[in-house]
Amino acid sequence: MKKKLLSVLLVAALAVASVVGCGSTAAESSEAGASGEAAFKIGAIGPTTGGAALYGQAVMNGAQLAVDEINAAGGINGYQIEYKFEDDQHDAEKSVNAYNSLKDWGMQILMGTTTTTPCIAVTDKTAQDGMFQITPSASSTDVIINDNVFQVCFTDPNQGTASAQYIAENKLGTKIGIIYDSSDVYSSGIEATFVKEAEAQNLEVVAIEAFTADSKTDFSTQLQKCQSEGADLLFLPFYYQEASIVLNQANQMGYAPTFFGVDGMDGILSVENFDTTLAEGVMLLTPFAADAKDDATQAFVEKYEAQFGETPSQFAADAYDAIYIIKAVIEAQNLTPDMSVQDLGTAMAEGMTTISVDGLTGEAMTWSADGAVSKAPKAMVIKDGAYAAMD
Amino acid sequence: MAKFSWKTMKKQTRDEIITFSMVVVVYVVLQLLISGGAISSLIQGLLVPICTYSLVAIGLNLCVGYLGELSIGHAGFMCVGAFSGAFMTKLLEDTITNEVLLFVIALAVGILVAAVFGFLIAIPVLRLRGDYLAIVTLAFGEIIKNIINVLFVAKDSNGFHFAISDANNMDVEEDCVWLINGAKGISRIPHLSSFTIGVILVILALIVVYNLVNSRTGRAVMAIRDNRIAAEAVGINVTKFKLLAFTISAAIAGAGGVLYAHNLSTVTATPTNFGYNMSIMILVFVVLGGMGSFRGSIIAAAILTLLPEVLRGLYDYRMLIYSIVLIAMMLFNWSPKAIEWRQKLVAKFKKEKKTKEVA
Repeated sequence: MKKKLLSVLLVAALAVASVVGCGSTAAESSEAGASGEAAFKIGAIGPTTGGAALYGQAVMNGAQLAVDEINAAGGINGYQIEYKFEDDQHDAEKSVNAYNSLKDWGMQILMGTTTTTPCIAVTDKTAQDGMFQITPSASSTDVIINDNVFQVCFTDPNQGTASAQYIAENKLGTKIGIIYDSSDVYSSGIEATFVKEAEAQNLEVVAIEAFTADSKTDFSTQLQKCQSEGADLLFLPFYYQEASIVLNQANQMGYAPTFFGVDGMDGILSVENFDTTLAEGVMLLTPFAADAKDDATQAFVEKYEAQFGETPSQFAADAYDAIYIIKAVIEAQNLTPDMSVQDLGTAMAEGMTTISVDGLTGEAMTWSADGAVSKAPKAMVIKDGAYAAMD
Repeated sequence: MAKFSWKTMKKQTRDEIITFSMVVVVYVVLQLLISGGAISSLIQGLLVPICTYSLVAIGLNLCVGYLGELSIGHAGFMCVGAFSGAFMTKLLEDTITNEVLLFVIALAVGILVAAVFGFLIAIPVLRLRGDYLAIVTLAFGEIIKNIINVLFVAKDSNGFHFAISDANNMDVEEDCVWLINGAKGISRIPHLSSFTIGVILVILALIVVYNLVNSRTGRAVMAIRDNRIAAEAVGINVTKFKLLAFTISAAIAGAGGVLYAHNLSTVTATPTNFGYNMSIMILVFVVLGGMGSFRGSIIAAAILTLLPEVLRGLYDYRMLIYSIVLIAMMLFNWSPKAIEWRQKLVAKFKKEKKTKEVA
C-alpha cells in the first residue's frame, strides 16, 4: 500500500511539475514578446521526424532563408520577423499540438502546415482563432475551405487536370496507365481529377492500379498489369521515393513507357543509391526546378546549398515564397505587429486578393478569395541527369 | 472512525476510491487552473487526447490484464469507433442541432460498432488456445485501415451513393456531401469533444470495468486466465466469458475512438494514428501502468502523451529522450532491484516518521 502510495505521489509530482513547468514557460515567453522590441511572430509546422521528414525540413530551411534575407534587409515595414518551426510528424493530432505550442510562443501568423491531412485539422483551429494561415504545400481543396487559409502550391484537382491536358495537347501517349497511392490524400486526389479530365480529353486510360502506404516497396504487379494492357504512358501521381522504385522495377522488366509525374516527383534525382540514368526522359509538372536559369532561382539555390548543403526541392521554394507573400500582404495592407491576431488575420485575408507576387514557383501569382493560387504550371523533363524546361 | 473503516475496507474498494478521487481531483484542479489562465494552450489541447488514450488503455487492460489475452489491434477498434461515430455525426449534423445529443448518438454508434467487430473476431479466435488473438487482432487493425481507405460514401439530393476502391464511377452531384471519401477519410467533423466529456467517459469506463472485475463474471474471467482447465472443471463457460470480456474491451476502445474523431476536424486511417504502432503504444501504456491496474493505465497514458509534447524544447532529440525515459520508467517500475530499492526507501521513510513521532 505504502509503496503504491509513494509511486502515485511520484507520478503526481512529475505530472504537476510538467504541467506547471509548461504554464510558466509559456507565460514567460509571451511576456518577453510584449516587453521586447515589436516583431512579427511567424510560426511554421511540418514533419521534421518520421516518414515525411524531408518535406518538413525543406519547408523549415526554405522559410528560414527568406526570414534571414528579410530581416537583413530591414524587416517588414521596419519590423523584424521572429520565426519558429515545430515538428508534427505528419500526424493531425501532433500538428494541433504543435499549433498550440506555437500559440503559447505568441505566434501571429502561421506558415503551414506542410502536409495535407494535418493541415485540415489545423485550419479548423486557425479559423477559431482568426489567425492568418498560408500553406506552402498542403494541396487538397479541403485545406482552403475556411476564409483565412491560402495556398502557395496548386490544388490537387488543378494538378490532375493540368497533367491530363498537357498529355493530350502534346500527344505524349495514346494508352495511359496510372499507378497511385490509394491511402494517400494527395495521390488519390490527383488520380481522381486526372481520370475525369482524361475522359474529357478523349485519352484512353487502360489501367488504374493502386498501392497503399503499407505496400509501397514492390510495384511489379502493378507494372505488369500496365505492361500487359499495353500502356505507353505511365502517369505516376506520387512522391519520388516510390517513383524511384517504380522506375527501377520497370527497367528490370524491360518495360519502357513514357513516365509522367507531378510535383511530388521533384527530388527523384537526389534519392540515395538511385541510378539517375533510369530517370532520363521522365516528365513532370512542377512549379519549381532547381536548375532553372532565371536569377532569382539561381540566387536561391546557391544560398540554400551554401547554408544547408543540399539542393532545394519544390517544398523549400514554396516555403520561401510563402514568407515573401506574407511580407507582400503585410506591406500592402500596412500592418503592424502590435495588432491582435484576429485583426491581422482579417486584414491579411482581405489583402491576399489584391496582391500579385513574383516568386520562385510562379510569376505574377494571384489569389482568389477562396484561397487557391493561380499561376502557370511548368513542364519539366529530365535530361542528362538534370531538370530541363520543356515546351 | 473514518480511519478505522479505511483500514478495514476491502483492498479493492480502497483502490477504486483512490482511482476515482484521482480522476476527479485532477479534473477539478485543471479546470480551476484553466479558468485562472495558468495552463498553456499546448496542455489544454492535450487534455482530450489524454482522455482518449486513457480510455483505450483501460479497454486493453481489461483484455490483457484480466482476460490474459494479448491484443495488438486495439487501434483497429479505436479506428472503427472513430469512423462509425464521425460518420453518424456527419449524417445527422443537419437534423440534430443539440450538440450533446449528437455526440451521445455518435458515441452509442461508435461503441456498438466496435463491440460488434470485437464480438465477431472473438467468436472463432477465443475458442483456440495460444496466442492466436494477438495475430488476428494485428491483422484486423491493418485490414480495417485499408478497407476504410477504399470506401466512398456520398450524400446528395438523390440520396446516398456508395463505391469501393474508385470514386470516378460514382454519379454524384457537384455539391454532394462526402461522408467518407476514401483516403481523405472524413473531414469537417464538428468539434464536439471536450475535456469534461472525456473525463465523464473515463469515469463511466472505470465504473464499468471495476464492476465487471469485482463481479461473479469478473471472477470467472480471472479464473480462466489463471487456470483454464480448472475453470472448465468447475463448470465455467470459458468461451462465453472470454467473449464478454473481449467485447467490452473493444467497446471501450471504440468510445476512445469517438472521442478522438470529434476532437480533430478530420479523421483519416493512416499508419500513424490507427496503425500497428499505435496499438503497440497502447499496449505500452498498459504494461507500464501495470497489468490489471486501471489507475496505472490512466497515469501511464497521461505521462506518455504529455512527455513528447513537453519535451518540444529539445527539438528532434525529443523522440530519442522519450524512448530513454520510457526504458527508465519501465526499469523503475518493474525491475526487481528497483522495487527492492523503493521498498528500502519506504522503510526508511517509515522509520524516520516513527522516530519523529516518538520524539
